[in-house]
Amino acid sequence: MLSVRNLKRLSIGPVDLDLAPGEIVALVGPSGMGKSLLMRAIADLDPNEGEATLNGQSRASMTAPEWRKQVMYVPAHSGWWADWVEPHFEGAMRSRVIELLQRLGLESTALGWPVANLSTGERQRLSLARALALNPKVLMLDEPTSGLDTDNAERAEALIRRHAAEGSGVLFVTHDAAQASRLGERVLRLKDGQLFDEPVTPQPHEAPS
Amino acid sequence: MTGVYIQLNYIDLVLASVFLLLAGGLSVALKLGLEKSLGIAALRTVVQLTLIGLVLKILFQMASPWWTGLAAITMIALAGREASARQGLKLRDGWSYSIAATALLTSGAIVTTLALTTAIRPEPWYDPRFALPLLGMVLGNTLNGVSVGMERVTATLKREREAVEARLALGHTRREAVRPYVREALRAGLMHIINAMSAAGLISLPGMMTGQILAGVDPTEAVKYQILIMFLIAGSTAIGALMAVLAVSKRLSDDRDRLRLDRLKGEAR
Repeated sequence: MLSVRNLKRLSIGPVDLDLAPGEIVALVGPSGMGKSLLMRAIADLDPNEGEATLNGQSRASMTAPEWRKQVMYVPAHSGWWADWVEPHFEGAMRSRVIELLQRLGLESTALGWPVANLSTGERQRLSLARALALNPKVLMLDEPTSGLDTDNAERAEALIRRHAAEGSGVLFVTHDAAQASRLGERVLRLKDGQLFDEPVTPQPHEAPS
Repeated sequence: MTGVYIQLNYIDLVLASVFLLLAGGLSVALKLGLEKSLGIAALRTVVQLTLIGLVLKILFQMASPWWTGLAAITMIALAGREASARQGLKLRDGWSYSIAATALLTSGAIVTTLALTTAIRPEPWYDPRFALPLLGMVLGNTLNGVSVGMERVTATLKREREAVEARLALGHTRREAVRPYVREALRAGLMHIINAMSAAGLISLPGMMTGQILAGVDPTEAVKYQILIMFLIAGSTAIGALMAVLAVSKRLSDDRDRLRLDRLKGEAR
């Protein structure tokens, strides 16, 4: 569904990348190698060269907001533009939002919370919910569970799996090798600006240790 | 004219400087280290104002549209430089200067020309005795609004980078993503003139009006002039700040709806 060809951004690339519907791919590699930059470039958040298509439709043929609504990047550090949580979910169906919050272990009253009082883990889960609520076709997650405890990380992983099972592609960055092979059906390693397939030992879907 | 204009001689100026010398003396006594800055600033006032007095005298005598125009362009160019020099964070490749100068040129020129041709109507309309002081007052205040607005929108976009990019990543347009910061910057840019208009007559007697009264003009006439000037200044500040802030926010994003902080250099103040 997502196809990236000859993507170049500063020290990265040219990179080719394919993501099938329902596929979950882990992106690993040392810090500073440009994993986030690669995702940002695919989302067209930074100037970059190369081709990207979604279900055959090229990125260049749509406006950037149209592209990003379908190929959505969720950064490791979430940004908040209003004082309260609720306005950040504008445009999403309320029932869907409430369901997502519950699946992530958050109370539905979270929508009425002030952003300034959110913990790191709450911010991370809310920013995941915020993206999932818009139902993107491709989800790119930058360390989606790095600030979460085991239970909440497990909930987040379950939700990511469910989203993929509904036909979306997921690309996620992780520094946790166990998570990469547990959640990822395929693992890609970014090294010296190039992507390499990493052998992966399939693991049963169970709670993260 | 209802009053008498009292001419000053140089002895009067020397007398007025006694208090400045006193301030300098205090600075030395209290080790404030301000005496040098005070002295240089005072000297600059004398030299700059004397020079501009001579230049204006010559320009008024010539009353030439070309020389008046040249003086106006020079003033605008200097104002643009001042506005861009006040920016802690500058846009690369001279964009800060270009944006400030264009905003000042457009707003200052439109407002001043309109006031000269419709409200004040000197004969000829470009009479430098009217045109240049008017432009000076309009520019001086617009400069403030433009530079404050530019500074604010740049600093907030940099500070709120994560919030702006979160919106962009969720598929908001750049216009939606920067709108709150543009609004905030405009409010900051216009605050000065709104305060000045609110305080006028109650807390402060505006300088131009005071000057006219000192020159012997009837206070009610001086007030009319002052209101006219206030309106012109407010209009020009609003137009100039709006242009500059929108242009900066446009330059700090691109047509693929990205935030382009890489187009900045320097440190926020």
